[in-house]
Amino acid sequence: MLASRPLRLVAIGTAAGLFSGIFGVGGGSVIVPLLVLWLGYGEREATGTSLAAIVCIAAFAAAAQAGYGNVRVADALLVGIPAVAGVLLGAWLQQRLHTRTIALLFAAVLVASAVELLVR
Amino acid sequence: MIGVIAIGLAAGVVAGLLGVGGGVLFVPGLVIFLSLTQHQAEATSLLAIVPVALVGALRQDRYGNVRRREGLLLGLFSIAGAAGGVALANALSGKVLQVGFALFTLVVAVQLVRKTTSEPSERAGDTAKEV
Repeated sequence: MLASRPLRLVAIGTAAGLFSGIFGVGGGSVIVPLLVLWLGYGEREATGTSLAAIVCIAAFAAAAQAGYGNVRVADALLVGIPAVAGVLLGAWLQQRLHTRTIALLFAAVLVASAVELLVR
Repeated sequence: MIGVIAIGLAAGVVAGLLGVGGGVLFVPGLVIFLSLTQHQAEATSLLAIVPVALVGALRQDRYGNVRRREGLLLGLFSIAGAAGGVALANALSGKVLQVGFALFTLVVAVQLVRKTTSEPSERAGDTAKEV
C-alpha cells in the first residue's frame, strides 16, 4: 500500500475525482472510508473533511461537464436550493430523530431509484 | 417539478444527517422527474452539490470536524481524476452510464446498511424496537 501520507491523499483525491466525474456525485462514499482506513481519521472528521473536499471536487467536475454543454443551471437551482434548506433541517432533526431509522429508509429509497433506472 | 423539489429537500436532509446523499438522489431525481438525460442529470447534480457541500462543510468546521489543510489538498488532487471521469462519462452511452450509476447506487445502499447495522444505536435502550 502507498507509504507516505501525501501519496495517499493524492490517491484518494484522484479516486474521488474519478467517481465524481463518472457518476455526477460528490465522491463522499469513496473519501470517507479511505480517510478512516488509510489516514486514521475518526468518522466525524472524515465526514467533515470529505464535505470540504467535495466543494472543490464537484466544482471542478461541474466545470468540466459545462465544457460538454451538459449542465442545466436552472434545474441545478431547482434541486440545489431545497437541498441547502434540507441540510439545515437535517441538522435540526438530528437531535430529534433516530439516525439509524433514516439511514435504513434512505438505503431503501436508493434501491428503489436504482431499480427505476435499470428498468427505464 | 414538485417531485424534484422534494428530492432536493430529501437529499439535503440525508446529507445533513448522514454525510452522504447529495448526488445519489439528485441524479435519479433529475432523470425521473425532469426527464433529463443521464449525462445532463449527472452534470447538473455536480453543480447542485457545490452549495450543499459548502453549507455542510461550514457547519462541520464549526464543530471542529474539518481538517482544512488535508481537505483542501484532497480537493486539489482530485482535478485530474475529475477531468478523466467526466471525459469517460461523456465517452459512454447514456444507457451504459445509467446502468453503471444504478449499480453504484446499490453499492452505496449496501455500504450504508452495513455501517448502520454495525454501529451501536446512538440512543441507549432503543436498539430492539428500532431494528
